[in-house]
Formats: sequence, structure tokens, C-alpha cells
Amino acid sequence: MSVTTSPLLQGSLKARLRRAERVQRLRAIGLVAPLFIFILITFVVPIIILMTRSVDNPEVAENLPLTMAALSDWDATTLPDEAVFAALVEDLKTAQASRNTGLVGKRLNYEISGARSKLLQAGRAAEKMTAGPYKEQFLELDDLWGKVETWQVIQRAGEKITSFYLLKSLDLQRGVDGAIVQVSPDQRLFVDVFIRTLGISTMVTVATLLLGFPLAYILATLPVRHSNLLMIFVLLPFWTSLLVRTTAWVVVLQTEGPINDLLLWTGLTDERLQLIFSRFGTIVAMTHIQLPFTLLPIYSVMKTISPNYVRAARSLGSGPFHAFWTIYFPQTMPGIAAGCLLTFILCLGYYITPALVGGPTDQMISYFVALYTNRELNWGQASALGGILLLATLVLYAVYNRLVGIDKMKLG
Amino acid sequence: MGTSNEPFVTFSEVQKTYDGETLVVKNLNLTIQHGEFLTLLGPSGSGKTTTLMMLAGFEVPTHGRIEMDGVAINNVAPHKRNIGMVFQNYALFPHMTVEENLAFPLQVRKISRSEVTSKVERALEMVQMPEMRKRRPAQLSGGQQQRVALARALVFDPKLVLMDEPLGALDKQLREHMQIEIKHIHERLGVTIVYVTHDQSEALTMSDRVAVFNDGVIQQLAKPSDLYERPENSFVAQFIGENNRLSGRITALNGGACAVEIGSQGETAKGEVKATPISVKDIGSQTTLSLRPERVRINPEGGIYANQFDAEVQELIYLGDHTRCRVSVLGNSNFIIKVPNAEGVPSLTPGQTVRVGWKPEDCRALDAF
Repeated sequence: MSVTTSPLLQGSLKARLRRAERVQRLRAIGLVAPLFIFILITFVVPIIILMTRSVDNPEVAENLPLTMAALSDWDATTLPDEAVFAALVEDLKTAQASRNTGLVGKRLNYEISGARSKLLQAGRAAEKMTAGPYKEQFLELDDLWGKVETWQVIQRAGEKITSFYLLKSLDLQRGVDGAIVQVSPDQRLFVDVFIRTLGISTMVTVATLLLGFPLAYILATLPVRHSNLLMIFVLLPFWTSLLVRTTAWVVVLQTEGPINDLLLWTGLTDERLQLIFSRFGTIVAMTHIQLPFTLLPIYSVMKTISPNYVRAARSLGSGPFHAFWTIYFPQTMPGIAAGCLLTFILCLGYYITPALVGGPTDQMISYFVALYTNRELNWGQASALGGILLLATLVLYAVYNRLVGIDKMKLG
Repeated sequence: MGTSNEPFVTFSEVQKTYDGETLVVKNLNLTIQHGEFLTLLGPSGSGKTTTLMMLAGFEVPTHGRIEMDGVAINNVAPHKRNIGMVFQNYALFPHMTVEENLAFPLQVRKISRSEVTSKVERALEMVQMPEMRKRRPAQLSGGQQQRVALARALVFDPKLVLMDEPLGALDKQLREHMQIEIKHIHERLGVTIVYVTHDQSEALTMSDRVAVFNDGVIQQLAKPSDLYERPENSFVAQFIGENNRLSGRITALNGGACAVEIGSQGETAKGEVKATPISVKDIGSQTTLSLRPERVRINPEGGIYANQFDAEVQELIYLGDHTRCRVSVLGNSNFIIKVPNAEGVPSLTPGQTVRVGWKPEDCRALDAF
């Protein structure tokens, strides 16, 4: 007894405990480490790198350093003076030598359409220029160089870190005076796409819930030998490739496809309906793919609800529907919440299915992320769109956590 | 306890099968009186819970008729039967507070708000838990949940309350306490209770009458004391309390007495026992004798202990108030004698040969088991 009360020996007791548990701790770290490193390298680090891309802005700053320096004391309201143009010629000569004029042109093209070709033209001209005054020569070359806005854009594009891509993702931009304004109506795109993405995800989530809930209920209440067979049917889509399932929907829904044949044959319609390449097709195909994700968490929660609850309610005088609604249904909420959140978040990232089954106005945000990544090679824009999608998902998750509590979520 | 001669609930020729092949309940005839505490006792799979579920309305009889106050209720939906029920794991609604649980049956009956409040209050006081009203079931101990379940089954003043092994999940001490409490509530409210259990001591403690179920049939329906002291067949004798069995053949039968030759068929007899015939047919038929361990005396005086044999002490287990003594007698080495821990009782040692004896009226000749 006196051993534990002495503070000196207590310290050594703690040390001995640490030593005794060290092997255990090392074992735990050893077991977790491979997965942790894998996730870090393949998931966390790429996300962070790509997120920085959405604000990274090196093209102008690196290739027009002299111009940027000369523009630093420019008043931004009148056309820049000769010194700036001289600096631009120097920069363009260097850029031409390292073949980087196109890069600068591409960056400026995001903000001024047609700027890329004009910059390439200026680059070629600059190579031939030997003596000033350069200002006149440039003004002769193209109208572009005589506009104050052009120089404002160049100045902003020269900042090493930019909010341009993020603002663009929300259909916003810096106005003439640097204030944030909406882009012109004909250029607005992404807000609609985000709303469309949320809208399609909501509809698919609701559809899977409406279809999945009764099925989950049957599965959970049926005797095991029947429910097993049904469960296999539910899980079949799980074991089939996403691409195969989506292509199958293309076959089924196409204008000359079996559904249209059936509708015509039964006389329900007089002409073939546009089922594919439409919102309808997109939602049908996505609902089919997402159904198990909504259903399984609900099913696993229902499995744990004893039939005695409804029986108790019935014995206490509650009718079948009332007992179901006031006693059974509230207890399935953790499953409903988990299933719907899972489906909704997965839907936000859908790409293949809308691309194959949807029309041009059914494309979701991932389509544009892919477009900017693969075709436009505008990784800044792609990263900004992806970043906002990630943020929206996290906000959703936080709201969910606030309302339902993540610890109440049951996935199975 | 019957307050009226009219039976309250009647089962007539009720049968139930789930698979169309085996009957879980076979030809059940049972009447329950007003205000009675009836226990359905039996091993699992004996049909007692099915009987209760048919009464509650969760199972439909395959054949036969269940009446309540003279009206057939076979096709009355459970929520229209006005029967309170306490379930095995209480089935308290986990998303509602204690108060809301108790108010539930009142609210579905569209009772006015003030009356709901006062009835809930009274029910909480009945089970001594008014301070727990705002708690969720998960925040209560097993015993507290059990009280709430009891209060919920009684709060809407049903005339009949069913209980399906309600104390099964409680520890021994709490279970015994709750048995008494349920018994007192029953006496105070005069409500009719049908109680299902597989625990015989629970059945004996609480009930006015006990129906012993086995294999879908009521083996015996009697008062607890009759059940223990006057079992009508070997199953009941074996199921209720501790029992010594001796198998043999009837050699003499006249009125209230018979003689039984102990030993299985074809063996030489190990001795002849005088017994009371209960369910034996005729001379020569096989029988099982039932004898309670506390009715056997060691070194008995003659006279009323007409059966006396030599026994060898096999094992002694000291249990405080009495000693369980396992002896070998008449070829049965599992013969138990309860020796009270009182003055004048001989001390025993294993291997010792003693004289044991019992009265013919304590030894009941029942069906061959």
C-alpha cells in the first residue's frame, strides 16, 4: 500500500506502465500504418495539392515579371506609359525564347476572349521590335492594347494567388474597380449547374427512399429464406459494373428501345417518347444504381427493431397504420438518415451516368470538372469547382451532424 | 378470486399450427375467471406464449373459439381488444420519454389532456417512479423499465393484462421483489392477469391458478399447492419442484392404495413400494412413482412410514437450512433426500448405509414416464 502512495514511486509506476504497454502501442501503430500511409499518399495529399491549384496563378507573374514591376505604380485609370510597354516587349522576347507566350495568352484568354491569339501575335511582333517608342507600335498592332481594362486584367492576373477561379465557379468576377460582381448573364453557368446537381441528387435520394423503404421493410420482416432471395436481387446491381448498368439503361430507354415499343404497342402513346438523353433518363438510371446504398442502412436498422414495439403499440390501442407511423417509423430514422446522406453525397459526384444517359442540360458539376481537367486543361477552374463541391458536401455533413448526430447514423 | 360466476375468458377447442403440419397448441380448453391471476407455465415450445399471443390478437387460432365476456374475439383486431400487455423485453418505445410512453395508450383513445396528465401521474405513483418521468427508457435500469412497462399496461384501465415472461431479464433479487410488487398491484386493482413464465417458483409465488403446458396441451390446471403436492401426471411432478422417480409395475390395486414392484421390465424386482394410485389403469401396467425429497425420513419409526428400505449415502451437499443427501435406494442412485438442519437429525457420512422411509400417501403412482 505504501508503494502507491509515495509520489516518487508513483512516477516509476507510470513509467513501468508505459513500458509494459509500449509493445501493444507499437503493434497498433504497425497495423494501422499501411492504410494510413496509403490514404495519405493517394487521397489526402492529392486533394490538398489540387485545392491549392484553385488559387494558384503563376502564368503571368512568372512570364511577365518586368511588366508587372512596371505596372506596380500604375494609376489603373489611364493607359500605362511607355515604360510599361518597354517592359512588356522585354518580357515577350524572353517568353518567345522559352515558348511561354501561349501560356500567358491562355491565362488572359479566360478573362478576355480572343486574347490568346492577340498575345501570340504581339509576341511575334515584339521579337522584331528593336527601338521605341513601343507604345505606338502596340497600339497600332491591336485595339486590345489601347484599352484600360486589358491592363487591369493583366495586373490582376499577375498576382501570384487569385480568387479568379473560385469566383468564376460561382459566376462572379472582379469588376473594373476590383469589387466582386456577377458575370454577364450570357456567361453565367456554374450556379445553374450547382443547383442542377443539388436538384438531381435530391430527386434521386427521394426516389431511392420511396422505392427502398417499403422494400427494406419487407426484407426485414420476411422469414429468412424468402428475404435472402430478395436480398440477392437487391444486391445484383452491386456486383455489376457501373458502366454496364448505365449502358443497359441506354439500350432500354432509347427511342427505338423496348420501353418505347411497349408504350406504342399498348397504345399509351402515339409517338416514341424521348426517354434517354433527358432528365428522366438520368434520374431513372441513377436511382437504379443508388437504390442499394439507401436501402441497406435502412434494412440493417429495421432488422434491429423488435416486432414487439409495434405489438405493444397495437395492444395499447393503436391501429396498424398509427402504430407503424408513430412507433416503427421514428425508430428507422437513423437508417433513413444514413442511407439518404450516403446516396445524396454519392449523387453529387456522379459523372458517367449523366454523361451517357443525360442530355446537355442534365450534366452535373463533375462533368465540368472533367471537362476542365481533360479538354480545356484549365486545372485552376477544375480545382475550384471540385473545391466548392467538397465544401458543399462538408457543410451538408455538418448540418446533418447538427440535426441528427453522426453517432446515431447506422450503416449496418 | 372469482368475483362472478360467469367466466371472463374462454378458450374452446382452440388449435394453432404455424406450418400446417404440427400443432403448437392442441385442443385447448381453458376458462379464466374475473380478477384471477392465472399463470401459463411450461418449458419453451410448449405452446404457452402462442396461447397468450392468440389472446392478445397477434396470432389467429387455426381452429376453435376464444370468447371474452361471452363474445367471440377471434377476429377482433389487437388494438380493439382493450388488453394491456407487458412484453418480455418491455418494448418501451425508445424514442419517447417515460411520460410519453405512459400517455401513448391514453392519447390513442382521445382522452382529454387533463385526464391524460392525471392518469399518467397516478400510474407513475403506483410504480413509485414520479421523478423519472422525463427520462428515456435507455436511461433507466432494467427494474425501472419493467415498472414503466407495467404502468403502461395498466394506465388505460384494461380489464385484462397479459404478461409474457416480464421478469426474465432481471436478476434474482429484483425478480423476487417485482413478483411481490406485481402480486400487490393485482390484489389492489382487482384486474385479471394472465402471466406466462417458464420459472416454476415464479408461478407458484404469484398465481391463483397455474396451467402447466407441455407439448401444446395443458397437463394440469390447479392451485399452486395442489400442483406441488398433488401432481396428476409424471410431467407435472417432474417439472414442478424436485422429485424422486421410481419406475415399476403395479402388482396390487384396490381403491386408494396400490403396490408397485420396482425395477424395469424383465428385471428381477428390487422391492415393493406401497403407493397412492393417481393415474394408473390396472394390475400389471407400468407406472412411475413420484415422491418429494422432503417427504422422505431417515431412520423412521415404524407405523405410518410403511415403506422402509436400506439406502447407501452417496453424496452430501450442505445448504445451510438443510442438507441434500443423495442416496442409492431400490436401484436408483439419484434419490434425493432433504434433511432439515434441526436438532435430533442424525449426522451422515458418504458410504454409510441408512434406513429410509416414506408414507404411501406421499408416494403417487402416475403414468409411466
